[in-house]
Amino acid sequence: MSALLSIENLTVEYAVGGKTLFAVSDVSLEVGRGETLGLVGESGCGKSTLGRAVLQLRRPTAGKVSFDGTELTELEGETMRLMRRRLQLIFQDPIASLNPRRCIGDIVAEPLVIAGLTDRAERERRVRDVLTAVGLDADLVKGRLPHEFSGGQCQRICIARALILEPELVICDEPVSALDVSIRAQILNLLEDMKRRYGLTLLFIAHDLAVVKAVSDRIAVMYLGRLCEVGPTEQLFTRPAHPYTALLLEAIPVPDPAVIPATNLAVGEPPSPIAPPSGCRFRTRCPRADRVCADVVPELREIAVGQFAACHHPLVGA
Amino acid sequence: MTAPLLSVEGVSVELPTPRGALCAVDKVDLALAPGRTLGIVGESGCGKTMLSRAILQLLPKRARLGGRVMFAGRDLVTLDPEALRRLRGPELAVVFQDPMTSLNPVLTIGTQIVETLQAHLGMDAGAAFRRGSALLAAVGIPAPDQRMRQYPHQLSGGMRQRVAIAIALSCEPRLLIADEPTTALDVTVQAQILDLLAREQRRRHMAMILITHDLGVVAGRTDEVAVMYAGRVVERAPTPRLFTNMRMPYTEALLAAIPKLDSPPHTALPAIAGRPPDPTRPLAGCSFAPRCRYADALCSGTKPPLEDPEGAGALYACWHPLGQAAGAA
Repeated sequence: MSALLSIENLTVEYAVGGKTLFAVSDVSLEVGRGETLGLVGESGCGKSTLGRAVLQLRRPTAGKVSFDGTELTELEGETMRLMRRRLQLIFQDPIASLNPRRCIGDIVAEPLVIAGLTDRAERERRVRDVLTAVGLDADLVKGRLPHEFSGGQCQRICIARALILEPELVICDEPVSALDVSIRAQILNLLEDMKRRYGLTLLFIAHDLAVVKAVSDRIAVMYLGRLCEVGPTEQLFTRPAHPYTALLLEAIPVPDPAVIPATNLAVGEPPSPIAPPSGCRFRTRCPRADRVCADVVPELREIAVGQFAACHHPLVGA
Repeated sequence: MTAPLLSVEGVSVELPTPRGALCAVDKVDLALAPGRTLGIVGESGCGKTMLSRAILQLLPKRARLGGRVMFAGRDLVTLDPEALRRLRGPELAVVFQDPMTSLNPVLTIGTQIVETLQAHLGMDAGAAFRRGSALLAAVGIPAPDQRMRQYPHQLSGGMRQRVAIAIALSCEPRLLIADEPTTALDVTVQAQILDLLAREQRRRHMAMILITHDLGVVAGRTDEVAVMYAGRVVERAPTPRLFTNMRMPYTEALLAAIPKLDSPPHTALPAIAGRPPDPTRPLAGCSFAPRCRYADALCSGTKPPLEDPEGAGALYACWHPLGQAAGAA
């Protein structure tokens, strides 16, 4: 599988009141064409910043982002704008990401207008096609305003808008976490359908491991700006190598009363990204941490076939 | 079974809207004994929060409340505001979803705990401060004396929720209502907060109502579960029974729609088609009928009552319950 997106040593830092916030530190990842890579972590771990840095919405402090052979960090102005047609983004809050004063037909057609498609009939045809593809009745929907729709329907509209230019890579930033359980399943199924139909590559960012598992080929786990573990989905779930991955898995509530919830597992909370711990950033919460973890930053290394972990004391294949 | 501490009898909540009356809660009956935990599960807009506010008598002014809320022998609906104020704190307490908006941003954590203790228990400032600090320690906050002097924005979401729980527990309530207490939190912090609530509940022999949209949250941590849909309780059963012998197709669909950890990637999820009905346009029959795969003419014409036909303490409102021979219901 050739890499469509390749991220090398990406670092993003923010200046916060004279201090530096280490949002993403030295992250390297590849996403193959046609693949779905799930990116998981708790709030503030830098997963959304990473997604934005890929699109150059937030310029990285250091590192490279190569998309289909083109180095995005070097593109400026018009060339970057043209490149963005091939990369699209879907946000968490579908209602907030639609302009409340514009009708759905115009919202979904806007990317075509920006792309310079002047043929009105052709625009209408493509809006109709994409709205139908996401499961909406184009005639009923296109003249109405966003407030007339539920969260799930607004997310369908956002997906239609992201797909109308037929992008190659779609970054989904928590696309279902604002939705109810029953609606969430509809949208996840829709994303899978759209991926097949449009031949998409997805970077799927979420905090919910069960949701990520449902759609991803591979999963990358982030903690405080660094990658902990990357691996094929099934392997990561059955044999997590990084203690943080194991902790995340144990913390998921299981809808079965026979499963007694694990207690006292997750001691503490992530430290501040303004002053991250030395060495391994997870060491302050890790049951396996020792002196080495405080002194040496663990490198991401292959633990099992295709499975990489950044840990001095991995749970498997040590 | 011991006498219930709380008994909700035929409670309805109607809210006036420009489009007509919105029936948020429709004749709900519930009972809760001391030391027990009731889970209320449902999607946004199903009325679970309005029901909790009806119990607490914290409804919006325009809301019309019907029915009775019996708490330790008194009907809260008819109680005067002063008597209610005295009940809140030592008897009834609540933890809301968003700890940032439920704490006052311009007062220190300490001021907010001390205020509660002074108002409800009449403690003097010094004793209240020491008690507040001890409470923060009890809910797992490190360096409590220092935290007492900090403001909510200086704490993480999980820490703020711990503070909100400490305030709710400060007057030793007999009933705690936790309304989506972990929805705004990360999964590892969620596990810690749920553990904390369970531990304090056992220790204090407190009754608790845990409101959530996540069936996973109620599975391991409640004695009984009520599933709400479109303002009604559509199924109510002891937790183990609900998960093994669910009767209501909505409960089944809700459980099936959750992505499973043990199914392989790219498994299509059994989604529930459509969406809940417009609450200002009540349906004549079962409100789930338009989305239900078992629905027929009876379902869309006549509303099924919430009953316990098997006599197993498991109630459901369905004409075609699951796991039963056709025609048995």
